[in-house]
Amino acid sequence: MPKPKITEVLDTLSSRKSVKYGMYSTAVIVFFALILLPPILGIIIKWNTMQQVLIQPELTSRALNAVANSFIIALFVSAIDVAAGIPMAWLITRGKSKWLNVLDTVADIPFIVPTAALGYSLLLFWSEPEGISSLFGSSLVSPGWLLVTLLHFTFSYPVVVRVVVGALLDYKKEYEQASRTLGAPPLTAARTVTFPILKPSLIAAFILAFSRSISETGATIIVAGTLFENGPAFIQKITDDFKAVPPRMDQLTYEGSLAFASFVLIAISFTIFALIRILGPKLKLPIKKIYPTFDRKLSYSKAAFSRDSVTLLIFFAIILIPSLFVALPAFQAISTETLPNAISGVGIWSEYWQSLILSYSLGAIVTIFNVIIGLPMAIIAARRKAGALPSAILDLLVNIPLIVPSIALGVSLKFFWKETFTFMPEMLLLIFAHLAITYPYFVRSMSAAVERISMDTEEAARTLGAKPLGVFRTIILPLTKYSILSGAIMVFTRSVSETGATVAVVTTLRTAPVVIVDWVKQRVAVTVTPLEIGLGCGFLILFSFMILLALRLIVRGRGRY
Amino acid sequence: MPDVRIVNVTKKFGKIVAVENVSLHIHDQEYFSLLGPSGCGKTTLLRLIAGLIRPDEGEIYIGDKLVNDVPPEDRDIGFVFQTFALFPHMDAWNNVIYGPKVKGFDMEKATTIGHEVLEMVRLHERLDAFPSELSGGMMQRIAVARALAAGAKLLLLDEPLGQLDAKVRNELRYEIRRMSKDLELTAIHVTHDQSEAMAISDRIAVMKKGKVLQIGTPKELYMNPQSVFVAHFIGESNFLEGYVLNENNNEVLIELRGGIRVSVTNKTLTKGERIVLAIRPEAFIIEKETEKSKNAMLGFVERVTFEGTNIRYEVRLENQDLVVIVKPSLVGEWFNTGEKIILSFPLEKAHVFAYPDVGLREEIAVE
Repeated sequence: MPKPKITEVLDTLSSRKSVKYGMYSTAVIVFFALILLPPILGIIIKWNTMQQVLIQPELTSRALNAVANSFIIALFVSAIDVAAGIPMAWLITRGKSKWLNVLDTVADIPFIVPTAALGYSLLLFWSEPEGISSLFGSSLVSPGWLLVTLLHFTFSYPVVVRVVVGALLDYKKEYEQASRTLGAPPLTAARTVTFPILKPSLIAAFILAFSRSISETGATIIVAGTLFENGPAFIQKITDDFKAVPPRMDQLTYEGSLAFASFVLIAISFTIFALIRILGPKLKLPIKKIYPTFDRKLSYSKAAFSRDSVTLLIFFAIILIPSLFVALPAFQAISTETLPNAISGVGIWSEYWQSLILSYSLGAIVTIFNVIIGLPMAIIAARRKAGALPSAILDLLVNIPLIVPSIALGVSLKFFWKETFTFMPEMLLLIFAHLAITYPYFVRSMSAAVERISMDTEEAARTLGAKPLGVFRTIILPLTKYSILSGAIMVFTRSVSETGATVAVVTTLRTAPVVIVDWVKQRVAVTVTPLEIGLGCGFLILFSFMILLALRLIVRGRGRY
Repeated sequence: MPDVRIVNVTKKFGKIVAVENVSLHIHDQEYFSLLGPSGCGKTTLLRLIAGLIRPDEGEIYIGDKLVNDVPPEDRDIGFVFQTFALFPHMDAWNNVIYGPKVKGFDMEKATTIGHEVLEMVRLHERLDAFPSELSGGMMQRIAVARALAAGAKLLLLDEPLGQLDAKVRNELRYEIRRMSKDLELTAIHVTHDQSEAMAISDRIAVMKKGKVLQIGTPKELYMNPQSVFVAHFIGESNFLEGYVLNENNNEVLIELRGGIRVSVTNKTLTKGERIVLAIRPEAFIIEKETEKSKNAMLGFVERVTFEGTNIRYEVRLENQDLVVIVKPSLVGEWFNTGEKIILSFPLEKAHVFAYPDVGLREEIAVE
């Protein structure tokens, strides 16, 4: 069949250096202009307003305490996540039961529940009379630091399990077998050989859990209560104070507080990530020493059974059941007037449906933008198109939005865009904010997929006469199309879940997680009932699950080459 | 001192039978090879002996001990992996003393053992090198040293030379055998390279499709193969198809394709039976066309290849079968392409097998 002429023309054009470099330059310029520089410049623009905070020692101290809380919780939760996630990942990959496949899938559930819904679910389970507290007569875990810690543990645990499962599946088992044949019992083999080899993956899991924890806003606000503040909760409360009628805070102090908290959050995040990156590879795991008798005792059936039992108990009691507890009021709502009201869009439901449509539309738009601007950047990073050193630097820079707390990113983006383009539509601002947050997810996943394709394959196509664009169309695209889909799923779910950056950049538009957070706040004033919140969360989970399921069915069995 | 007994062992992976009802006895201090093509089950059998996988049926004994339920760390073995599996986060020295350490030896003893085995593999100068800094040959030596340092008397080697260059491979194979013999170890060596197995083994088990076809010394397997596959896999053979025309005591008269008649020694064949005649390339006597003698076949030289030590002739017989003949290049006269010749062979150097049920091509297939 003759090739369409337009393809031939584009293929030929792609051979020209000017076109090739033009495309890659555009990708780099877009990255700097939309993703990397605006948050940095945003903070610089408002640098002077920070004086306003520094002259108020109480406000400074409050901001610093909040930021410190963020990092203490993130560090603690990430460490616990790794400690609890390793036995679970081990059980999934090394266990022999046929039920482990089910467990593998179930372990992802807290991952796909939007965090606002997850926050409400945990609040119900741990603090409200409907939950586990009913067994004790009083609130078992009141809103505050402990509930925030439990929440962060819940949503970051699946991330760690997923990373460690992947690492264990890719791990060359022969090292462990060699250790066993040399006389090491299973625990010694795991301690002295497997985990030291997997140290980079364990560090990566820690970093991901840390960045998830430091960024989370919506669910944290739900469970933080009125007294406890971490960074995002502080920014949210300052915003509430400024927006109150009459405002409880002047504009300069408001902007200064936001800029100060965001700056400190970003600066400490950078410092911590830089330290992990530099010191991580040099870190010696404190597990090198060998205790032949002790290890032997802990290696076999009774100890292994106890370890697996505790792992499953933690998973079901602390992760899974609290995550899904919101299903209870959601199902109760079905048998009451709440469901018909919701479907007909009466009262609060009108805004809910609009917010849901906005969330999913925003997710779709951001996903499409990511594919368009992220693909060339992924190729630059994977194929070192900009030269070895510049490409490596770009690769590093792409990760930056990943480690910046999303509410801080939102605040600085708002400062930048509102100051630079006063009349910028709010929807566009929202798209830019979500784009900045999700961009690294897509580029990372795509560059990994491109790296997996051998250069020989591309070169074979070139020697057979394919032009650069032809190679992309006929080799790269078919081999990475399911990775593109996987990357798109990640971007979409992250965007739909995002609360921090959303509340930071918009004043009138409200996405579904923002509405849920507001409902939970209003619940105190009895304007929204628990059944309505439960049903709202239920819809959000249901639709997210359906979209993910549909995409997963498309991807299933074809994701790897 | 460990001998290894494998009794009726079967191992399946789903529907695939990797090892089928295998029985073997490997003697103490013997250098034993498991030889066969890829996928024949030899590595599976070695991993069963090591305890890295468990048999579905049968029993494995190391010494007098039934080890079916004994984990690998308690079998007192040394295992050398094809990929060496040197721990990438440890230097050569720590790789070597890993075994003594995990077995609870005190540091002084572990250090002494470490130095002894490194001396043995002659790699003392690279103690602080990490595996990524070592050449293939060095990695192989460290892998062997690590296995020896564990103090085991049973050494299991899974294609230990498979990743090395031909030259290094040829050198190291003799070294491994020497060390095994010096230390009075029992060694089980898995390989698909028949020349490697022939060069170093006391005995060899030839495997195909999960079964052991024949066990014997290299000489026994070469001189007296018990099946078409072994005749094909060990060394090289020419296969000529025919049927038994007549039998008389131990000598049977065979008619090959095209009416060529030859006599061979065999007790089991019956008149009319379809057969395959296997003759080694060097067993043929090649002469200029003169008078036709007993067991002689007419043909002409189709191709001559000078291989250095040998000259290899491809001869087209009058029945159109092609046979390969190898002769020492420095002995006897040479023949030219197109030259008419007469081929013959001594009676005792031809092996006759019943024609395989699956067909000759399928029977000798190695994939």
